[in-house]
Amino acid sequence: MSAAQQPDTAWAGEEPLVFELSSDYTGGPRTVSAGVDSAPLSELIPSSALRTSTATVPAVPEPTLARHVGRLARRNHHLHHGIYPLGSCTMKYNPAVDEQLAGLDGFASLHPYQPDADAQGALEVMWELERMLCSLTGMARMSLQPAAGAHGEWTGLRMIQAYHAAHGDTHRTRVLIPDSAHGTNPASAALTGMEVVTVRSNHDGTVDVEDFKAHLDASVAAIMLTNPNTLGVFETDILEIARAAHEAGALLYYDGANLNALVGVARPGDMGFDVVHLNLHKTFSTPHGGGGPGSGPVGVAESLVEFLPVPTVEKRDGAFHLDHERPRSIGKVRSFYGNFGMLVRAYAYIRAYGDTLPQVAHDAVLNARYLQARLAPLFPMAVKSPCLHEFVATTRGSRVQGLRATDVAKRLIDYGVYPPTVYFPTTVPEAMMFEPTETESKQSLDQLADICTAIVADAERDLEFVRWAPHNAPVERVDEVRAARHPHLRWRPSD
Amino acid sequence: MAYLPNTDADRRSMLDAVGARRIEDLFSSVPAQLLDPRLDLPPALSEQELVADLERLAARNRPLSAWESFLGAGVYRRFIPAIVKATISRPEFYTAYTPYQAEASQGTLQTIFEFQTMICALTGMDVSNASLYDGATAAAEALMLAVTHTNRGRVAVSAAIHPEALGVIQTYARGRNVEVDVIAHRDGVTPLDAVRATLTTEHAGLIVAQPTFFGTLEELAPLAEAAHAVGALAVASVDPIACSVLVPPGDAGFDVAVGDGQPLGIPASYGGPHVGFIASTDALVRRLPGRLVGMSVDHAGRRAYTLTLQAREQHIRREKATSNICTNHALMALAATIYMAKMGAGGMRAVAEVSAQRAHALASRLAELPGFGVAFDAPFLWEFTLRVPGDPARLVEAMRERGIVAGLPLGDALLVCCTEMTSPAAIEHYVAAARELAERPQQVAV
Repeated sequence: MSAAQQPDTAWAGEEPLVFELSSDYTGGPRTVSAGVDSAPLSELIPSSALRTSTATVPAVPEPTLARHVGRLARRNHHLHHGIYPLGSCTMKYNPAVDEQLAGLDGFASLHPYQPDADAQGALEVMWELERMLCSLTGMARMSLQPAAGAHGEWTGLRMIQAYHAAHGDTHRTRVLIPDSAHGTNPASAALTGMEVVTVRSNHDGTVDVEDFKAHLDASVAAIMLTNPNTLGVFETDILEIARAAHEAGALLYYDGANLNALVGVARPGDMGFDVVHLNLHKTFSTPHGGGGPGSGPVGVAESLVEFLPVPTVEKRDGAFHLDHERPRSIGKVRSFYGNFGMLVRAYAYIRAYGDTLPQVAHDAVLNARYLQARLAPLFPMAVKSPCLHEFVATTRGSRVQGLRATDVAKRLIDYGVYPPTVYFPTTVPEAMMFEPTETESKQSLDQLADICTAIVADAERDLEFVRWAPHNAPVERVDEVRAARHPHLRWRPSD
Repeated sequence: MAYLPNTDADRRSMLDAVGARRIEDLFSSVPAQLLDPRLDLPPALSEQELVADLERLAARNRPLSAWESFLGAGVYRRFIPAIVKATISRPEFYTAYTPYQAEASQGTLQTIFEFQTMICALTGMDVSNASLYDGATAAAEALMLAVTHTNRGRVAVSAAIHPEALGVIQTYARGRNVEVDVIAHRDGVTPLDAVRATLTTEHAGLIVAQPTFFGTLEELAPLAEAAHAVGALAVASVDPIACSVLVPPGDAGFDVAVGDGQPLGIPASYGGPHVGFIASTDALVRRLPGRLVGMSVDHAGRRAYTLTLQAREQHIRREKATSNICTNHALMALAATIYMAKMGAGGMRAVAEVSAQRAHALASRLAELPGFGVAFDAPFLWEFTLRVPGDPARLVEAMRERGIVAGLPLGDALLVCCTEMTSPAAIEHYVAAARELAERPQQVAV
């Protein structure tokens, strides 16, 4: 084996399920006794309401459980292990202090139905965060409630529907979305009951302005765009698109998934966007948690403020309160006031940078451009335009005929690198979308480029070897077809 | 710079490598008029200053830990074993992404598979998804699932479900032009005759809660039968710990069970992040929103896990997806999984029983006081609606002066909760304070 093929020994071997570690369904850890004068439960509620079967959730002795957790942990790639260049996902470092701060008892033990008087610190965090996010996006107000980006999209589109309805404009039922957009855009639009119209994009992923204008009529409620787009290219015609959209009575929606390219450098509000959602778990470094919780605040221009979800946070005479009395609001979009713990982290993140935040975008773009330059000799780039925070390369036309994006992706895992986003956008064959983020050092980018070089060399020498990657991961390639054909979604004792 | 590893020398050499003179050159595709807006941001803080600022803000709150608390209403103060936080604080879990690349994500995938299995065990359903945002959006998603499945345009909602869930259901429904019929509660539970009178063959689904928002217990099976009688789906919103002692919705004939996993080791955190769950019968698996993890094998034939049935999902199906869920609440689902594994069904039963015993003890002690009494005759578990002399809001204020969060005022009554965290001493204090106020009603009466 060459040095490049040394196994990553950090992975652990197969691990049983908790159901195979214990079958104690009735015992469990010592708990407190009631300490009051009371009959057993069976005498407190009717027997018809009582469960007679045993819920097969085993109590696992803590030493066994701790080792189970430790071994499973080793079967995950994570940010403290290596680079995570997933395009569109902005896998930047999550500051350790933010975890500590969100866990402060004054935040963690606060109940959402405590009176505003007990929650002044929490409301101040939310009020200040809203103002900072408005300043960064150029929007008038923001709701911090949506739990994730897609939830923010849906919330924003509901407000757009309410805006048109309030103007008696009930025939606007279509949403224009470029073919290169994130899948959540059309899915969110469909959930609001609106019809999705796909707009062609140019070879560089930017909107085909002529095709866009051809679709622009009195039935269009909104246009959803990501800027920079999913190819990492700035939408240079944005001001003309905004002008044409507004002239036709439509509103412009900004998917903030790619804001890391522009945070503090240029603002969606100034580009003409009316509604903006942000992913705090991308641009503002709240952790991804293996798939959430995230947070997807949604900002609006002045003309849509009255439609914001309830409640909003308001300030009067130096005191903060929740305002539930907003007659034109679209209503509630989730329980309580949002993923507050994520809001604390994002607040802390922005305060740490303060007015130096534009340096984040500067370094994010410089890192992406540098990595792109390093990878350009290995893989053709999807577009010639210079990238901002991410770029899309393809294995099609690389030195090794037959090398696929998934092969590179799986082989990267052997080197302790999480793969880029692959096969997205779907407009590019064999796409590999790299987004290094600003928290990778030049040294780490050079290492990634060297690994990619080694992988192409591996493939030139022995394509089959790369096609069977990963070789050094906890498992070899997982049979996803079998998983879908024979869904096995829970453990059963016969397993 | 807060979290930026590159030095100016690194930047210089990288700019040279990409053929740019200055950073500004990298943004040349952005129209000049858009660049460098004036930002209204405060100066940067050192970590020490940041900690001081957030500690100041946290200290401005008076969290439940500062009170003797009887507040529940959907968010419960339960004891959280240390291993829960110790697990979700591990970077292997909290810094990882959605497990798209199965081979590098077996840890997350296996814990989600365990979560799905445990939710099935508690609810008595066949399949569970990987998590949703919260109980309220899970309830709305379940009814939208029913709308799609039955191709009908009305849903029926018990007024005894959580008001946050009702609000979210109404917002989701309005967007889809789905009509919502709210069935008034009677005695804190959903009246079966009213359900039968409301439901028609236009209804896609019925949702009820167990326990109800008022803490009372529904008789589940006839409600499911009433929904099925008109061809609608029966949805139950349940508390996961209550499921360890109550007839689970699957056994009562429900098609979908949803709920909030916050009681499973997740702090109140001013309302979020918590975790929603949705579980269903096998027949509905392809309608479920969000992620599903399945067990499969790798090329060597070893057990391996992967996201599956992705043909339902937004990144494949775009506007034809079953939902727009992308990011869910995986880390909170992990917290719940570790809580459940630590406690087991037996441990959850134990805390459920202690909570109920304390609540019933408090309720009977209070019922002895003039003007106090349990508002509803329906049986309750660990939360009850308390009739009080005078205005409940005034009573709550008077109790606050004695260091007690007495519950949640609901119009002319008070929603009062006990858990294993409500000490017997706090119960004594509550009773003593209530007696004092009952004897001096001018302090509470309006």
